[in-house]
Amino acid sequence: MRGIAGRAVDEETWEELEEALILADVGLPTTGRLLDAVRARAAAEKVGDTDSVVAILREEIAALLDGSTGRDLVVEPGEPNVWLFVGVNGVGKTTTIGKLAAQQSDAGRSVVLAAADTFRAAAAEQLQLWGERVGAAVVRGQEGADPGSVIYDAMAAASGRSADLVLVDTAGRLHTKVNLMEELKKLRRIVDRTAGACKEVLLVIDATTGQNGLAQARQFAEAVDVTGIALTKLDGTAKGGIVLAIQGELGIPVKIVGVGEGVDDLMAFDPAEFAAALFE
Amino acid sequence: MFDALSERFEGIFGRLRSRGRLTPKDLDEVAREIRLALIEADVNLRAIMQFIARVKEQASGAEVAKSLSPAQQVIKIVHDELVATLGGTTGKLTMSPKPPTVVMLAGLQGSGKTTAAGKLARLLKAQGLQPLLVGADLQRPAAVEQLRILAERVDVPFYSEQSAPADVARGAMEEAARLGRNVVIVDTAGRLQIDAALMDELRGVRDVAMPHNTLLVVDAMTGQEAVNVAEAFNDAVGLDGVILTKIDGDARGGAALSVKEVVGKPILFAGTGENLEDFEPFHPDRMASRILGMGDVLTLIEKAEEAFDEEQVRKAEAILRQGQFDLDDFLGQLQQVKKMGPLQGVIGMLPGVPKEVKDAQIDDRELARVEAIIHSMTMEERRNPAIVNGSRRVRIARGSGTTTSDVNNLLKQFKQMQQMMRGMGFGRPGKKGKRPRLPVPGL
Ligand SMILES: Nc1nc2c(ncn2[C@@H]2O[C@H](COP(=O)(O)OP(=O)(O)O)[C@@H](O)[C@H]2O)c(=O)[nH]1
Ligand SMILES: Nc1nc2c(ncn2[C@@H]2O[C@H](COP(=O)(O)OP(=O)(O)O)[C@@H](O)[C@H]2O)c(=O)[nH]1
Ligand SMILES: [Mg+2]
Ligand SMILES: [Mg+2]
Repeated sequence: MRGIAGRAVDEETWEELEEALILADVGLPTTGRLLDAVRARAAAEKVGDTDSVVAILREEIAALLDGSTGRDLVVEPGEPNVWLFVGVNGVGKTTTIGKLAAQQSDAGRSVVLAAADTFRAAAAEQLQLWGERVGAAVVRGQEGADPGSVIYDAMAAASGRSADLVLVDTAGRLHTKVNLMEELKKLRRIVDRTAGACKEVLLVIDATTGQNGLAQARQFAEAVDVTGIALTKLDGTAKGGIVLAIQGELGIPVKIVGVGEGVDDLMAFDPAEFAAALFE
Repeated sequence: MFDALSERFEGIFGRLRSRGRLTPKDLDEVAREIRLALIEADVNLRAIMQFIARVKEQASGAEVAKSLSPAQQVIKIVHDELVATLGGTTGKLTMSPKPPTVVMLAGLQGSGKTTAAGKLARLLKAQGLQPLLVGADLQRPAAVEQLRILAERVDVPFYSEQSAPADVARGAMEEAARLGRNVVIVDTAGRLQIDAALMDELRGVRDVAMPHNTLLVVDAMTGQEAVNVAEAFNDAVGLDGVILTKIDGDARGGAALSVKEVVGKPILFAGTGENLEDFEPFHPDRMASRILGMGDVLTLIEKAEEAFDEEQVRKAEAILRQGQFDLDDFLGQLQQVKKMGPLQGVIGMLPGVPKEVKDAQIDDRELARVEAIIHSMTMEERRNPAIVNGSRRVRIARGSGTTTSDVNNLLKQFKQMQQMMRGMGFGRPGKKGKRPRLPVPGL
């Protein structure tokens, strides 16, 4: 993208913009829609240089992402608050919970972690270590135990000690596995037994994910009514452009961003910054 | 999604069919469509350019075979080139003449390295080798514990220590010598390819372990980034092969092509699930069809050509195209299909058939029952199953030695199959969310 600054806009410019978006995993349909909008605006505003066109494109991207409702994660004082973390395997669910637990503890809230990934080897140990690191209580079951009972126990423990927030870690599952998605619905129903407790269902998406990310979002949203995306591993060179398609087609906003493996490597999502990074 | 490319090619060649010969302009159009299809499948743009250049070369010199339409011809060229690119010896590690053979797994965070280490140990053990699993990921919380549990499940010895990754590797080599293990599998921490310090650390592990197989573990859901990852890991530690994980989902898996274009080394294994036995040699032909989004339709055509006589092939094609077939056609199909080998294999190759169906255990003996039922029907009933009322059902059941509910099931499932065939006839996308069942009892 650097090479085109200052040039007059021609077909090559549009091709380069298209390439940049595709290389960022934005995908063909969303790329097409964005560039159509930019072309229309460039014509209407009689803009002819690449810098201005790139600026318009950034605005369009930020606007697409901004079209969402708030990005704040919801916690109501004096109420049971549960955030459920879901997603395919290895995307960063457990790590994101660890980081959020630290952030929420720092904000003065008492946090309970529910190790409802009872499937993957040492998944509960991993969460346990995070709990120790950030000073949050961890409720876990035996390996292979019913994840629903872990959630139930964690919510009971939280209410017993009047904790503010329960973060529920779930086993990674591919959105195509019908049984596992049914299990996930069941887990959500267990949270919902306490009416209004489920404040967030965060779908964790790995920034290196390609077009499959949209299918993931669609299926998880259908199953458990996702409230937001946690976009992880943005500390690499992958851009995570698939969240544009997810926002555009499903209206699910990105709420938080993971930028490393450390406890502080978590950020609020900033559409303008994200849009700028797409062209770096 | 299915048949996206076929559909596009049919569009281009619909005009062209009468002319019969590919002009350079046609080829450009074809190249454009291939590019779009590969982008949808997450193949990296750079890899696409290289690939298309080769396809154009092949296509411009190609003889137009009489038996294939131009669209089929080009699909075959694209498919064959894709198989050739993805190909190479698979499922075989380089064994050192002087044991132990060392395998080092590397890759991004969460790609599936630790799981692959466990799966590999299980596979090698089953082949009669004596692996040692080594936990050199001292970064991720409980990563060592995770591998230790997997080692226990596979029942192979495990080694790790609380030190530095290179020291773990050193200790592991000594442990392997002490225990007389002939394969050492080193699991390493996930790292971003741009993390210079961690890439250095990986080189350090490699320099101690001196692996005969340095394998990159890549998630099949990876997008455009796959090329950068493969390139950087290859530059840093010199890759000997690739393991592609999580192909049990519905990602098109273009990352496989991206990585292969860059690294050139074989994709050895594919991860097909979370359990330790979900691991198999990589199949270039299956992956090629998957990337192109068309099932293994070519293999099916080839197999069909072997088993069917020519008239049958034409009929089968018409059936696939239009989904207009009755129970009598179906009976003919069943009898031909039986010549093609076990039904399980044949169904596995059909595009658009849901994975659940492919995975289901199909008992070929059940076919006999289906055949018997159809044999007991009149021609009119076979042509128009809607007329089969209660008393006809009783008669058919009695005639075929089955029950009326068997007959019912067959009729119901046949109807669904007709709908499915119609949905998947070349070029027509299947009905979304619909999971039709094949008219085979037990499915
Ligand atoms: N670089 C980087 N790595 C991350 C990030 N989030 C998670 N990871 C790593 O990704 C891997 C998988 O994370 P984990 O939380 O276990 O994923 P889960 O299977 O979804 O629970 C681990 O090695 C994490 O340290 C991130 O934002 N950046
Ligand atoms: N569905 C599926 N999940 C897999 C496969 N391979 C690994 N996983 C899962 O992906 C996640 C990350 O795997 P892990 O081996 O911990 O990755 P690592 O961080 O690279 O060591 C875990 O939840 C694994 O169970 C596979 O082939 N299919
Ligand atoms: Mg986890
Ligand atoms: Mg690991």
